Amino acid sequence: MQHGKYRFIVGFLAVPLALYTLFVIWPFIQSIYYSFTDWTGLSPEFGMVGFDNYSRMLDDEIFWKSLQHSLTFAVVLPLVTVGLALFFAFMLNVGGRRRRGAAIAGVRGSSFYKIVYFFPQVLSIAIVALLFQFAYNPNSGAINSVLKGVGLGSIQPDWLGDPDLALICVMVVLVWSTVGFFVVLFSAGMASIPRDFYEAALLDGANRFTTFFKITLPLLWDTVQSGWIYMGILALGAESFAVVQIMTVGPNGGGPDFSTIVLPLYVYQKAFRDGQAAYATTIGVALLIVTLAFAAVVMKLGRRERLEF
Amino acid sequence: MGSTSAHNGEGLGRRDLIKRSAAVGLISVPTMGFLSACASSGDGGNEKVEKGTKSEKNPLGVNESAGLEFVLFDGGFGQQYAKDAIKVYETNYPKAKVKFTPTQKITTTLQPRFNGGTPPDLIDNSGAEQMDMGVLVGQKQLADLTPLLDAPSIDDPSKKVRDTLRPGIVEMGQFDGDPVWIMYYAYTVYGVWYSQKLLDSLDAKYPETWDEMLAVCEKAKKKGIAGWTYAGKYPYYVPFSLYPMIGKVGGREVLDAIDNLEPKAWEHPAVKACFEAYYELVKKGYILKGTPGLDHIQSQTAWTEGKALFIPNGSWVENEAAKTMPADFNLAVSAPTGIDSSDKMPFGTIWASGGEPFIVPAKAKNLEGGLEQLRIMLSEDSSKNFTKSVKSLTAFNGGTDGIDLTPGLKSGVAALEKAGQNVVNPRLQDWYVALQKEKIGVAGLGEMMAGRATPAETIKKIQKFADEAAKDSSIKHYKH
Repeated sequence: MQHGKYRFIVGFLAVPLALYTLFVIWPFIQSIYYSFTDWTGLSPEFGMVGFDNYSRMLDDEIFWKSLQHSLTFAVVLPLVTVGLALFFAFMLNVGGRRRRGAAIAGVRGSSFYKIVYFFPQVLSIAIVALLFQFAYNPNSGAINSVLKGVGLGSIQPDWLGDPDLALICVMVVLVWSTVGFFVVLFSAGMASIPRDFYEAALLDGANRFTTFFKITLPLLWDTVQSGWIYMGILALGAESFAVVQIMTVGPNGGGPDFSTIVLPLYVYQKAFRDGQAAYATTIGVALLIVTLAFAAVVMKLGRRERLEF
Repeated sequence: MGSTSAHNGEGLGRRDLIKRSAAVGLISVPTMGFLSACASSGDGGNEKVEKGTKSEKNPLGVNESAGLEFVLFDGGFGQQYAKDAIKVYETNYPKAKVKFTPTQKITTTLQPRFNGGTPPDLIDNSGAEQMDMGVLVGQKQLADLTPLLDAPSIDDPSKKVRDTLRPGIVEMGQFDGDPVWIMYYAYTVYGVWYSQKLLDSLDAKYPETWDEMLAVCEKAKKKGIAGWTYAGKYPYYVPFSLYPMIGKVGGREVLDAIDNLEPKAWEHPAVKACFEAYYELVKKGYILKGTPGLDHIQSQTAWTEGKALFIPNGSWVENEAAKTMPADFNLAVSAPTGIDSSDKMPFGTIWASGGEPFIVPAKAKNLEGGLEQLRIMLSEDSSKNFTKSVKSLTAFNGGTDGIDLTPGLKSGVAALEKAGQNVVNPRLQDWYVALQKEKIGVAGLGEMMAGRATPAETIKKIQKFADEAAKDSSIKHYKH
């Protein structure tokens, strides 16, 4: 069945490829084109300005701030989220005490925990952000009320109103809302690891710690790597935009004192508030480069010998 | 588990397939690309409707059978007042149909339509998603409203519309030169808002000098009430009382210099004195705890609950906070407290200006219809209807006779009367939105009011922002 194979494949791929080009590649190219114009986004007229937008971007203090925050998101969030998710997934699937014959099992009540972890996933990110916005309310919010309740009434931070805390507050919300997804993803991955490996490890007297690092993690590496990239892109893009825009201080979020501004939010502000759509696409191009670089770095660092079993 | 790469010659591996298909994709990109290279320059669609014949009843020459499209910001003032005005239009021109779209998403709804060259005929460009007026004017997207202002008023055909408006309204709609681009429909009084009842219970009257202000706050503090609160998440509410105070202390020229983005405008001693006065509120603990983390609704709620005495705000607060405001709250507004008797302008100097900006796009199909709808809204009847239903004044001068004024509105009218000619109107908030809200507001005043920056540091920071804005060629600059 080698005859006409390529024709067959190309025939099937033509339509999806055309759609992909039209809706994914084409907008990218279009925005790169617009980044060389002075388009306002409020009128159909614009002219070419060459690299003006780019030189302006390199001089823009707020752009650098937002880049710095976006990079922090891309490094810290996957690290914390994937780390936590691996730990939870391991405990839920492998980490329990041995009971009645089963060689490996999760901790007691693991099926319940799985639901609890996954629960935030069913809420839209906008609702999560709103909920936490109330929780962080320094006057009547849950967190400060709890602090007061346990006798720590003297510690009443402004949370989202404090430039030193705001970025961390936002990151915590993102971790809370995404960790459940990765717990489920890694649980699925762990389920496909043959049980005999664990049994053999147990017979050799391996403890949980060794089991995790010698068996679970290496066999799960592909899943972890995809999860890592996925989380990084979430942190660079849509999710970080939503929480920062909804939760933090300022007319469109991003404050106090630009302490939480991130690249996608800055794109939004320039395009839809300041009427500088061309400059916004320029920042968008920077975001595209950062995202691609992030994926490339993770792929490179994560390259490992494939284990076949 | 399968493998992702092909084993020697055993058919096509997944990786190769992807590589090859990507190559096909890349080839097709440029060819398709240039076909739609001018995607954003919309083609046509903006054929105007024919003009009608001018007559005494129809001074603008509205086409009596042409449709009209009206997009309204559905915010604090609701949409009923516009619906009522549309009814009048439809009665006057029974063959015309008005398509009315109330929305909170002004930019989302309208940006693509401006881009495509098919905007609606009349827009209330307001709210959090307001389109930047400076850009719209700069890009010649707005129609000059002068024909409307020179048309006879509905109530008295011997008067022009412009003669029935409050002073300053027409000027606010100009950017530079004569054309009037914006018709501000509401008339907002900014200042310090408080509960007369709460102030009475402290046995105090509204302070006129800063020493008196501090004394009142001290009195309140002893009773466990904070002196001030403000929208901590949107600290650009603070200028509602701070800017007129600067004007009062140093004179109008100081505010004009600030608006003109003059170098060292913020280093004027009056600015310093006012910043230090506000900073004293912070240092003495007269600001409600946690205020920097509250948004405008949360701070207003704390204030209506009596946790704080004063709040800088605009006259929409009466409608916006109505849900949480006790019936006997006795809302009142005052012009800002000054420093002392050496201030350049008298106590009573207040910030009042137009709100709810209405625009008619230059590319509107039924431009005359848009103007006519505005002319109807500026009649005494429509104006009264607005004031009655949403507790705010309009651009129409007067229009409050025979209406039962609510306490806040009554106090606003009284404050305007007391101010007389001493009404100031800082323009930063409509000329330079990003500078005013994000930089001066959040990054500057927000940090100072949270006690994290001193007045001297804040002035330095704001002056730097203003200098940057003055140099920035991507924003249009205006002068008084």
